[in-house]
Amino acid sequence: MRIRIHGGRVLDPASGFDAITDLYIGDGRILSVGKAPDGFTADREIDAHGLHVIPGLVDVSARLREPGQEHKGTIASETRAAAAGGITTLCLPPDTDPVIDTPAVAELIARRARDAGHARVVTLGALTLGLGGEQLAEMALLRDQGHCVGVSNACRPVTSTRVMRRAMEYAASCRMTVFLHADDASLSQGGCVHEGVMSTRLGLPGIPDAAETVAVARELMLIEQTGVRAHFCHLSTAHAVQMVARARHDGLPVSMGTTAHHLHLTEMDIGDFDSRAHVLPPLRTERDRDGLREGIARGAISTICSDHQPHDADAKLAPFPETEPGISGLETLLPLAQRLVEDGIADLPTVLGKLTHEPAAILGLDDCGRLQPGLRADICLYAPRQPWRVDGSAFLSAGKNTPFDGWELRGQVLYTLLEGKVVFDFNSE
Amino acid sequence: MSRRGLQFDDEGRLRHFITLDGLDRATLTEILDSAENFATVGTRQVKKVPLLRGKTIANLFFEPSTRTRTTFELAAKRLSADVLNLNISTSSASKGESLLDMLRNLEAMNCDMFVVRHNTSGAAHFIAEHAAPHISVINAGDGWHAHPTQAMLDMFTIRRHKGDFTALRVAIVGDIKHSRVARSEIQALSILGVPEIRVIAPQTLLPPEAERMGVHVYHSIEKGIRDVDVIVMLRLQRERMEGALLPSEDEYFARFGLTEAKLALAKPDAIVMHPGPINRGVEIDSAVADGPRSVILEQVSNGLAVRMAIMAKVLGRGPQSEEAA
Repeated sequence: MRIRIHGGRVLDPASGFDAITDLYIGDGRILSVGKAPDGFTADREIDAHGLHVIPGLVDVSARLREPGQEHKGTIASETRAAAAGGITTLCLPPDTDPVIDTPAVAELIARRARDAGHARVVTLGALTLGLGGEQLAEMALLRDQGHCVGVSNACRPVTSTRVMRRAMEYAASCRMTVFLHADDASLSQGGCVHEGVMSTRLGLPGIPDAAETVAVARELMLIEQTGVRAHFCHLSTAHAVQMVARARHDGLPVSMGTTAHHLHLTEMDIGDFDSRAHVLPPLRTERDRDGLREGIARGAISTICSDHQPHDADAKLAPFPETEPGISGLETLLPLAQRLVEDGIADLPTVLGKLTHEPAAILGLDDCGRLQPGLRADICLYAPRQPWRVDGSAFLSAGKNTPFDGWELRGQVLYTLLEGKVVFDFNSE
Repeated sequence: MSRRGLQFDDEGRLRHFITLDGLDRATLTEILDSAENFATVGTRQVKKVPLLRGKTIANLFFEPSTRTRTTFELAAKRLSADVLNLNISTSSASKGESLLDMLRNLEAMNCDMFVVRHNTSGAAHFIAEHAAPHISVINAGDGWHAHPTQAMLDMFTIRRHKGDFTALRVAIVGDIKHSRVARSEIQALSILGVPEIRVIAPQTLLPPEAERMGVHVYHSIEKGIRDVDVIVMLRLQRERMEGALLPSEDEYFARFGLTEAKLALAKPDAIVMHPGPINRGVEIDSAVADGPRSVILEQVSNGLAVRMAIMAKVLGRGPQSEEAA
């Protein structure tokens, strides 16, 4: 299938390219930008006038719930939601059931994703066996046979500093990136919201800032000692951002990301026990949110992810502390990120970079997240100013849980192409 | 949905009683006034009024409680309602049907009101949010969040002794952090116009940003109870020692226990309150608990009148109809 996308504003954040022009696609790859290749005849024309043509988004952290929790979502349902959100590459943490600590589980996921065909799914292998925090997982096998792009203990704690040190050393010798969830479990234990004004007002057990900063401090020291390449997936506090930024400045091989919801919400959005805003790490203060935004503006934060966690309705139907944390975020990732531009935090290429080539580079996927001839034609076309009202119940994701219900957002994805194939077409949905 | 929205019906009348947060002084005063009327019912030959005849009230206690449940039960019976007592151990509830399924079943039995005690913050709010439109919910204590009827009976007790709230200095001593009583009490005192509310506790038993609740924080009881009119002592749970929040009961008593010597620092006519049950020798000395300044037993008897007033109010009829009856 050969496609010509014509008349759109083509933005490639990696190269800084930004012009109204045409894009030519064939054999699943980008053939050229601007000028038609010799003898090119299109099988399909996509009129992109008024649209932004950007690389398909790369999401460093999204749960698909399969295998293990298919009542919350499946690889098919969630990758379809990803396509609707303009996301072409998803990175799945290893806390599936069974855990991704053997190549077979990683292969199973990859096969199911290929069969579904809506988005590319890459996986993180377990850092420790069963995510138990005690024995090392078979990292090299996970890399070689399971094609895992990194290792992680997901949100499970590695309580023993000795185990974490060894795991980082081993990962470094395997040349694998470690994806970290910074949380000192003994400080966050039992908590369900930020420890602050709202925990005091609602009498909810809190999670102090220190649960994140203490963990970041430990991991930074170990990164320095082991030399491992590491990425903090979703930081929530301004203080942690400063710590990691300083470490980066000092030359440590470390990067960091945050989530779209932490860039827009604060603890106040919990309101009266609104379980849709129950998420881990918890929504923090306005000062923290502003600190994260500053991290985006200054380039210290490399990735904005959805941290997608779809839930069945029952998971959110209980008294707040008994509900399950997480937000269904695939379908709001792009418009929420673009809202940062509308809020004057950063310019569009900067923000889009944190959804495309920057996460791709951290995942080691050099041919994703860019619009350059010869690379895979993963492309998202969206109407940047088209407003829409968020209605979780209308999500394609099996998880309808979103605290953004009722928000008026701008930016509607109209087409998503995965390796040159249209996997989402708004008008035929 | 805002608290105000959830607690009030379409006509702006109080429908649920979940938290004092968002209520105004007029509403609280009206409840206290109405409780004064109900207080006389218990002294009559016939201790019942027919206000809630034909209504069914279910006491849903997910957490063990004798006193609170008993006063709610008695309050309901004095108002002539039918009462269902359900003691549900949370462990068995979590194994079997969900909270929501249980609610649906009770609704099918045509209950008019749920009185809910639960160990999870937000449980009463959750039940009110999902209950059928004709059902009222009264929060009899949820986790660390709120215990508004306890706070109201304490306000009733304070008013009987002190009259005017707007000239008072009140100290709350003890485990503020884990106390739903303290949270509701602070809200009630603020709404009723108490100009100075103090909380006295070690930092480990204070919630973060406690000052934002509108209180003055003291870490020393000697400083904190100086010249106060009312002292509210809170119960100290044994498990606080296990969580490394306190070294020992002995040290706690030495620093924060209310003795006659410390009480002498308060105003000469200061009253001593405690929501019960008391840990003698842990947060309060027996000499004080049983002494002339203690109004602890009075709080218990006031609990009945105040809960009658609240039940009557949220089920849509005030004490005026009592006169007609």
